[in-house]
Amino acid sequence: MYDKVIEGVLNKDRRMVARAISLIENNDNGRTKILSEIYPHTGNAYVIGITGAPGAGKSSLVDCLLSTLRQQGLSVGVIAVDPTSPFTGGAILGDRIRMQEHALDKEVFIRSMGTRGSLGGLSRATKEAVQVLDAAGKDVIIIETVGVGQSEVDIIKYADTTIVVLTPAGGDSVQTIKAGIMEIADIFIVNKSDLPGADRTASEISMMLDLGGSLREWRPSIVRTITLDGSGITDMHKAIFEHRDFLENSGHLQKVRKERIRRDIIDLIEYRIKSTVWEQISGSEEFDLLTNQIMSRETDPYTAAAQILTGINLDKCKV
Amino acid sequence: MNTARKIRVLVAKPGLDGHDRGAKVVARALRDAGMEVVYTGLHQTPEQVVEAAIQEDVDMVGLSILSGAHLTIFPRICELLKENGAEDIMVMGGGIIPDDDMQELLANGHAQALFTPGTVTADIINWIHEAMKDRLS
Ligand SMILES: Nc1nc2c(ncn2[C@@H]2O[C@H](COP(=O)(O)OP(=O)(O)OP(=O)(O)O)[C@@H](O)[C@H]2O)c(=O)[nH]1
Ligand SMILES: [Mg+2]
Repeated sequence: MYDKVIEGVLNKDRRMVARAISLIENNDNGRTKILSEIYPHTGNAYVIGITGAPGAGKSSLVDCLLSTLRQQGLSVGVIAVDPTSPFTGGAILGDRIRMQEHALDKEVFIRSMGTRGSLGGLSRATKEAVQVLDAAGKDVIIIETVGVGQSEVDIIKYADTTIVVLTPAGGDSVQTIKAGIMEIADIFIVNKSDLPGADRTASEISMMLDLGGSLREWRPSIVRTITLDGSGITDMHKAIFEHRDFLENSGHLQKVRKERIRRDIIDLIEYRIKSTVWEQISGSEEFDLLTNQIMSRETDPYTAAAQILTGINLDKCKV
Repeated sequence: MNTARKIRVLVAKPGLDGHDRGAKVVARALRDAGMEVVYTGLHQTPEQVVEAAIQEDVDMVGLSILSGAHLTIFPRICELLKENGAEDIMVMGGGIIPDDDMQELLANGHAQALFTPGTVTADIINWIHEAMKDRLS
């Protein structure tokens, strides 16, 4: 069954692409097999991340971007992430609503995902879904994520170009941006520029960049857009490709991607060791005993941790 | 980690008539029951619904139809699912559908379940859980 899915992904069979993403998302037994077998076919897609507050217009911008990318003859994958309810585990995934114009374009593949258990961050499954779309031959992959929690900081780990979407919203939007978000943007979009205050928002961003950003070689571009009539969309498109050129010509792209691979390996090692250790200590008597001894101050957590580790068999996580 | 298999449902409102209150109520109820609901909004053609269902790899499609076009839309969606080798995706529907038409759609397998406007959402959720039993085990 997994062979059929893998073959289907490489043959760009939409059903199998969709199925592969589900299997990965569900942490199916075939997950590792699928990912490792498609891996040689990845690395060709350019990944764009788009983040910003709820309702800022991210999906509408993705829709506009789909049009310009398609005009250029590029095939596009979209992964649109919406929050999973921490209480029920359910989610309403509504980003597609704004992208219906492209629903029948066979060169466009749109997939909605819930954040599921990833504590507001981008899930591992998101990164892995990018790999599936990459292996299925998409030239460009766009990740849309809600700018809450950890996800907007996470997105730079996966995206080559990161777009942060702001809106004029009364002029106080820039001051209230969380620390960290100014640093991640390669491009700032001031969307809803039909509303009053857009100029002010744009110049505030510019001022903030003047204050802080001189260490960076790339000065983020600031683009005003109105998705309702398409104003600024060509500029946004241009800004993305300018940033891409910068990354390629300066050698940054190679560097960033290499760094990403290192982190992937470390993540995988950590994950394997953690689950192996956890399997062996959860419910073990020694663990219980030591916990009690620490409680009564007969021993300390540092000594106990070392003692437990000597008994751990790590062979299992090496296969 | 909460990465277990989830039931995925596409909720769409095909046809030209203009409101999706009912569809939204159902979408929210399914979310509250722990499902992932892909919501595609108003004015969907059957082609768009089926393409979205495939890309989203949903277990079932829920259609809200008030326009009276049910006798064309349900069969068309089933036909398109089949053409795409996706006939394992179940189809359910709700809206204003006369009794006779309902029997016909169910008998022809053009829908696995149909719910009238008075249906409580708990019944829909129960039906989905029942229909999904085999797949989740
Ligand atoms: N006035 C104005 N409204 C806009 C513009 N772009 C988007 N909107 C509206 O903003 C609302 C949200 O748009 P979306 O594209 O769904 O925003 P989003 O950031 O994807 O929202 P979430 O995914 O829910 O976080 C919609 O009602 C849009 O019509 C714009 O340029 N001007
Ligand atoms: Mg959105």
